[in-house]
Amino acid sequence: MAKAGKSRDPRHEFYVIIYIFLLLLILLMGYMVHYVAFEASAAINSSYNTRQQNLEKLVIRGTIFAANGEILAEQAMNESHNEVRYYPYKELFAHAVGFSTHGKSGVEKAANISLLTSNAPVEERLKKELSGLRNYGDNIYTSFDVGLQKAASDALGIYRGAAVVLEAKTGRVLAMVSKPDFDPNTVSQNWAAISAQTDKSPLLNRATQGLYPPGSTFKMLTLLEYMREHPSSYSEFQYKCSGSFTEDDVTVECYHGSVHGNVDLKAAFEKSCNSAFAYMGSSLDLNTFKETSEELLFNKELPLDLSYNMSKFPITPDAGTEEILHTAIGQGNILATPMHIAMITAAIANDGILMCPYEIDKKTNYLGALLESYSPREYGRVMTQEEAAVEREYMSDVVINGTGRGLINDKYTVAGKTGSAEYGTIKGQSHAWFTGFSPAEKPEVVVTVLMEGAGSGSDYAVPVAKQILDAYYMDR
Amino acid sequence: MDNVLLGLSRYVLPFLIALYALNGFLPTPPYMQTLLLMLFHLGGFTVLSIRMDIPALPYACMLELLIFIGILILWRVLYPKADQLILNHCCMFLSIGSLMICRLSWDRFFRQLLISGISLCLCLMIPLIMLKFKNLRRFTWTYGLSGILLLSIVMAAGAVSRGARLSWTIAGVTFQPSEFVKIIFVFYVAGMLSPLMSKLSPDEILMHNASRRRLISATLVSGAHILILVLSRDLGSALIFFIVYAMMLYAALRSGWVLVLAALGGSMAAVLGYQFFSHVRTRVLAWRDPFSYIDGQGYQITQSLFAIGTGGWFGMGLNMGSPDKIPIAAQDFIFSAIAEELGSLSALCLILICISTFLLFMNIAMSTKEAYYKLVALGLSVTYIFQVFLTLGGVTKFIPLTGVTLPLVSYGGSSILSMLIIFSLIQGIYLKRMEEKTAPFPERYRPRQGIQGNARKEKNSYANGKGRKKQRSQA
Repeated sequence: MAKAGKSRDPRHEFYVIIYIFLLLLILLMGYMVHYVAFEASAAINSSYNTRQQNLEKLVIRGTIFAANGEILAEQAMNESHNEVRYYPYKELFAHAVGFSTHGKSGVEKAANISLLTSNAPVEERLKKELSGLRNYGDNIYTSFDVGLQKAASDALGIYRGAAVVLEAKTGRVLAMVSKPDFDPNTVSQNWAAISAQTDKSPLLNRATQGLYPPGSTFKMLTLLEYMREHPSSYSEFQYKCSGSFTEDDVTVECYHGSVHGNVDLKAAFEKSCNSAFAYMGSSLDLNTFKETSEELLFNKELPLDLSYNMSKFPITPDAGTEEILHTAIGQGNILATPMHIAMITAAIANDGILMCPYEIDKKTNYLGALLESYSPREYGRVMTQEEAAVEREYMSDVVINGTGRGLINDKYTVAGKTGSAEYGTIKGQSHAWFTGFSPAEKPEVVVTVLMEGAGSGSDYAVPVAKQILDAYYMDR
Repeated sequence: MDNVLLGLSRYVLPFLIALYALNGFLPTPPYMQTLLLMLFHLGGFTVLSIRMDIPALPYACMLELLIFIGILILWRVLYPKADQLILNHCCMFLSIGSLMICRLSWDRFFRQLLISGISLCLCLMIPLIMLKFKNLRRFTWTYGLSGILLLSIVMAAGAVSRGARLSWTIAGVTFQPSEFVKIIFVFYVAGMLSPLMSKLSPDEILMHNASRRRLISATLVSGAHILILVLSRDLGSALIFFIVYAMMLYAALRSGWVLVLAALGGSMAAVLGYQFFSHVRTRVLAWRDPFSYIDGQGYQITQSLFAIGTGGWFGMGLNMGSPDKIPIAAQDFIFSAIAEELGSLSALCLILICISTFLLFMNIAMSTKEAYYKLVALGLSVTYIFQVFLTLGGVTKFIPLTGVTLPLVSYGGSSILSMLIIFSLIQGIYLKRMEEKTAPFPERYRPRQGIQGNARKEKNSYANGKGRKKQRSQA
């Protein structure tokens, strides 16, 4: 090597050094080109990027449409000829479409950069730029169905709570309501008053950000875990319900003091028998229970482009009896968002495959030319087809024989699970839950309803779900 | 009218930078570049004058333009054979930098203008000094020891004040010694290693007692520099010293093993640094996943990424973005500010100009005969390009942030002066080589007559694009 070195070109080392640094800088340039071309648009949509407002000086914010073409948000002139953001449906889409006038939320936030990017024809853009005019931003078509959104909002009525309607096979969000709401047209002027209502928190999108004990809807997971731990013998489960289950001085009672008598697994699920599930829970392996819940996205980030809170399943292997029994019936320290419960229900309806919920169908330029259309995205399989089939069968029985009988009608079939999640210290106070899909045999649509402090799921959430499903089938 | 002008400027300024950068790689005559650089300077400052309400701005712009013209003329008169392209690049960097600094802060722009003006004048003397003082090598040990001394004092002072940025303020001028130690360090290493270049092979060097001692002491002194910098938490500078030493050693010993050893040693040092220093870990953390630490360690880099991303290919237009939102935008993050307002295309072209500068430097290093100056030129070239790589890589999230400035573009007195010194030293080495070739009696050097006649020949061959190649084959 040494001798050969001397016979080489005396500038050999200098060339090597040149190539080393050229390579480094070319890689760097490639990295930067890649960032600007492919990654930047997602990165700069961060709410931390205060530069977004600079784009508003160059671009007129685009329009947001509903699935059937109704305008949900557009730029308009007010009486004093100032440009304002106008939301024709006022409160109805307060959380789903959100607002862009005082901070940003909802679709206005998720698609902010698209709305502020102009893909108008090049000549037009250049011409406007040279004459100092702003260009038209791109338009967003959402998957929201105005009729369904209105039905869900009316059905919830004066209750605080949330309703989510998803397309079972795709994860498209058809409706997403949170109550109480506010008028996004005046949110900026009334900001102080709205944000001062800390007890009502109208700005909170309860559908994705509200964390509630899932109550008996969580029995979908307890059931799944029990099946996984007893793959061949779960159907032989037997329990004699006397209205309560006690272990280590901890007692779990059935809702409203019901006594369910002899129940098998299916009957325990359809009657939502707390005693039987607490008994089941006392023997479950907490490690695998946690794994199962995390496979279903508890303690995990959700594949969602709207602002949300992470659901919590905080149990540890050394948990006490009380926490274990309460966990099995969806109480204890478990917290979930209605959107998350809807996603789990949709995975059951979709043969065990979880679809990522999405609310933006396509992006066009202001003239309507298609720029990008979004197709359904699989998150992955979260349970086997067989497990999903058993869940569906049991949920179907909930409506036929159990707590969901209020949904029986001659037009369509439903399968689902009710929940009455106790909260606070006063006994008997509970959030009403219902989550289910329809038709029971070949699921098309998923509905999840939560009503804060309303009472039992079967008395309050089931009728709301029925109103929403009635509206869904009325159009079809 | 203003609107058309401002609207067009969004495309014209990147176009001018691109054209300028392209000319750096084509055999076009250097005056074309000078013209483009002046057009860019005038165009950029015209936009700023319209958009920023500062009455003195047009005058300051003209003053800076006059400084550029004056300096270019002075160099031409004093050193007719100086490399025109390097001079142009130097002015282009200063012009882009001052445009951005002016947009960020008028006060800083004015200070930068003064500092760069004075520095440009001072640096005019450097080639003269180099031609006069033949034996710069004699002071090799002085360079090495004073480097260590300076860095130690800064470390001690830094430890007392617990400051991260190590500088002294003397009479309102902030002085950052490590910027200048970089230069004398190169002279030290070149002084120590250049005698080894005549030796036959690395094995023979190791056999030869005096050479071995030379090698060991050079390595120890360089290691001491690096260690002090690491201890004073100036990781960017430590890395620059390390790479510069490794490359100079590689060129002196002519053995690929040096690169292998340097890569191994560097990786080991990186792992140890990660284990032992929490500030190294936070930097790496902020690099891997800045958006998870957006409120803390990741804040700077995410702001930089927002700036580059929001600016897009053509930028928001001068004064239309928010580069002031990036912390230390005028120093470490000037590149992101440029990308935001002048666009990523301009920023990429700026990288091309940096590459062109490096190639010009290396060309001079390669064609210099004298081993000592050959190594000095190499060391300075590597110092320059590696600093460029560290700062650009850091702000684009290509590599972790190390907190170094972009040479001649970033704001900062020490940074500007030290880089101008490096540019002038390279010119000095270039001129020295020309003199070796032309003047048979170097001690009878007469600036006016002696060189000018030959300069015309040189210029002509340069103009038709063959000058550079010819020089290389002669060397």
